[in-house]
Amino acid sequence: MTSAQTPAQTPSQSRLVIEGLQVRVGEQMVLNGINLEVASGEVHAVMGPNGSGKSTLAYAIMGKPGYEVVAGTITLVSEGSSVASHSGQSQVGQSQVDLVPLSPWERAHAGLFSTQQYPTEVPGVGLENMLEEAVAAVGGDRGSVEAQVAAEAALVGFNPDLLYRSLNVDLSGGEMKRSEAVQLGVLRPRIAILDELDSGLDVDALAAVSHRIEQATQQDNLGVLAITHFSRLLTVLHADVVHIIIGGVIRETGGPDLAAQLEETGYDPWIDKRAESPVDIHIGSELGL
Amino acid sequence: MIPPQFGPEAAGALAGPQWLVSRRIAAAEQAAAGSMPTAQEEVWRYTPIGQLDLSRYTLGLQAGAPSPVSGSAQSTLSTPPHSAPPAIVVDTSNGHLCGVQFPSEAANGVSPLHHPNNAQPTTGAQPTTGVQVRVLGEGDADLAASVDVDLFAQMNAAFSVEPLLVKVPAGTDVAATVLVRHWIDADGVAVFPRLIIDAGPDSSVQVLEMYSSSDVNAFVSPVVEIRAAAASRVGYLAVQDLGPKVWHIGSQVCHVGSQAHLRASTAALGGDYARTRLDTHLSGRGATGDLISLYYGDGQQTLDFRTFQDHAAPDTSSSLLFKGAVDDSSRSVYTGMIRVRPDARGTNAHQTNRNIKLTDDAWAESVPNLEIENNEVQCSHASAVGPIDKDQLFYLQSRGVPTNTAKRLIVSGFFGEVLEQFPVSEAVPAVRTRLEAKISGLNQHE
Repeated sequence: MTSAQTPAQTPSQSRLVIEGLQVRVGEQMVLNGINLEVASGEVHAVMGPNGSGKSTLAYAIMGKPGYEVVAGTITLVSEGSSVASHSGQSQVGQSQVDLVPLSPWERAHAGLFSTQQYPTEVPGVGLENMLEEAVAAVGGDRGSVEAQVAAEAALVGFNPDLLYRSLNVDLSGGEMKRSEAVQLGVLRPRIAILDELDSGLDVDALAAVSHRIEQATQQDNLGVLAITHFSRLLTVLHADVVHIIIGGVIRETGGPDLAAQLEETGYDPWIDKRAESPVDIHIGSELGL
Repeated sequence: MIPPQFGPEAAGALAGPQWLVSRRIAAAEQAAAGSMPTAQEEVWRYTPIGQLDLSRYTLGLQAGAPSPVSGSAQSTLSTPPHSAPPAIVVDTSNGHLCGVQFPSEAANGVSPLHHPNNAQPTTGAQPTTGVQVRVLGEGDADLAASVDVDLFAQMNAAFSVEPLLVKVPAGTDVAATVLVRHWIDADGVAVFPRLIIDAGPDSSVQVLEMYSSSDVNAFVSPVVEIRAAAASRVGYLAVQDLGPKVWHIGSQVCHVGSQAHLRASTAALGGDYARTRLDTHLSGRGATGDLISLYYGDGQQTLDFRTFQDHAAPDTSSSLLFKGAVDDSSRSVYTGMIRVRPDARGTNAHQTNRNIKLTDDAWAESVPNLEIENNEVQCSHASAVGPIDKDQLFYLQSRGVPTNTAKRLIVSGFFGEVLEQFPVSEAVPAVRTRLEAKISGLNQHE
């Protein structure tokens, strides 16, 4: 298999390192000190109830405007091969890219990829068209995109007729996520953040997409941060590490058995453990306490 | 005040059949009796019309003098926007006819290039049956309707040097596209192109009209009359790609007959102040009008559209989609009116105008209106002015598409829906190329 992009050409070891991350959305503090580390080849699940900060975490990592990092760091550490970085830190051996000041496309070039719960419709822009620009932007070969898209579409059962539609326009939930898996396959990121991958997906699509992602973790050393409300996803996408996020902080980290426990008890035990509200944490951290 | 070079005397001096001369003089008198429009009038609101100084312009070269088609003009003209199918090509230069070509498929033998100093430029090689493309002549008085929607339509009636007629006999499907190309490279010239498309019952034709110029000061004031008789199918696409100093004030007046289908489109790209007024009269039962246009302003341009969808008969349909983008400190104006007359029950009328504002300095106005005098109708209107969608931008960026490239993709995609619906589809790649060239300048002023 050939790759159009340089970042993940040779499987190398990367780590997405998040330390003390605090994020404000509008007037509201949503993340109140997240610590998390995802390494190549690993699948991490971040689970939490509605409003716990899951999607905010995904957007903040990717640098969506409006998600303001008020404290903490997001760093991509890579070892074993050079990293194309716009911050001028690229070197063979080890490189550290501070992602916070970078725009979303620079983060993508550093090796990040994110899927959205509800992928945005972009009328008039085709999948290949977008991927060609993305590939060309890192010095890849535009001409290789068409064949790669076709190959990836076959891997996840994405109807080739849909390749010529506008991005996410008039696609079912399953088709959208298959489309995202095609993009992931072509762009070959180091770390993928999957936000509610299973929402709106039928069983077949979920299996196909999850299979492709697991394949990427094994063949391309992809690291995965899968954000999900339900443990259903984890029956097909097998997590090595499970984190529980509540009130914008990680309350507990464990193995796959943590998801099983969660399935039985729901989030209540973790909510009860800490009585203080996110607002209290917010005030405390602002005072530097 | 209308300056003397656009008075009745000047109009009467233009060559043509007697009926046309009389009509020109009458139109010039009417224009001279009126006054210059002002931006206080609703239909001229938001426009720089007060800055128009007609005394800066003179009529094009005297009739009878050959039009010098310069090297650059020649090269522009000789790159037709499309290759196949064969086209009947009419060229004008500074307001004067300078060439007519019939492809062998449309006539028995190719006619040579005709110059305007030929009394009847297109006689001889015209096919005796099928489409006729010629300058209005002696017996054509009934074919030229009076269009006096505003002062400039009156001036067009007075000063159109060679009103052009595309006449399609009943039952005739014209395979060849009729391509009319206007080229302007004389500084200070005022030109008044007139095109009449007369499609007989159950006929079909498609016409592409292109306006382009070198970087001159010029005043271009065209009128297009389209008459689509019962059960005819007419496609018309105007591509306005004039230079940045040219003023363009044009009118398109369409009458759509019973069960006829009109597709009328404009791509407005050039000009300093460029206005198109579109009056579509759905006058026969079951008439349909698809009115699909785009515009892209940059620099200091003002692009202005006034549309009227006039439903005068039962079971008529109109679907209007105008999409525009304004970059730099350009401006656009869209005002639209759907009028449903008392008799027009069963009307289906839609009007959509969407605008992308690419900079803080750019400005777009969108004013939809409805006037409905019958209850058994389905009407809708929608209008929007806004910046590039932030979520769309983030989506493309998050895949590694750099910001400016992402913006170009989104803006270009925004127009895709319009281009897909344009008539004269073989011209669309050229329009797209020209549009992309403008869009590629999108990030220049950030």
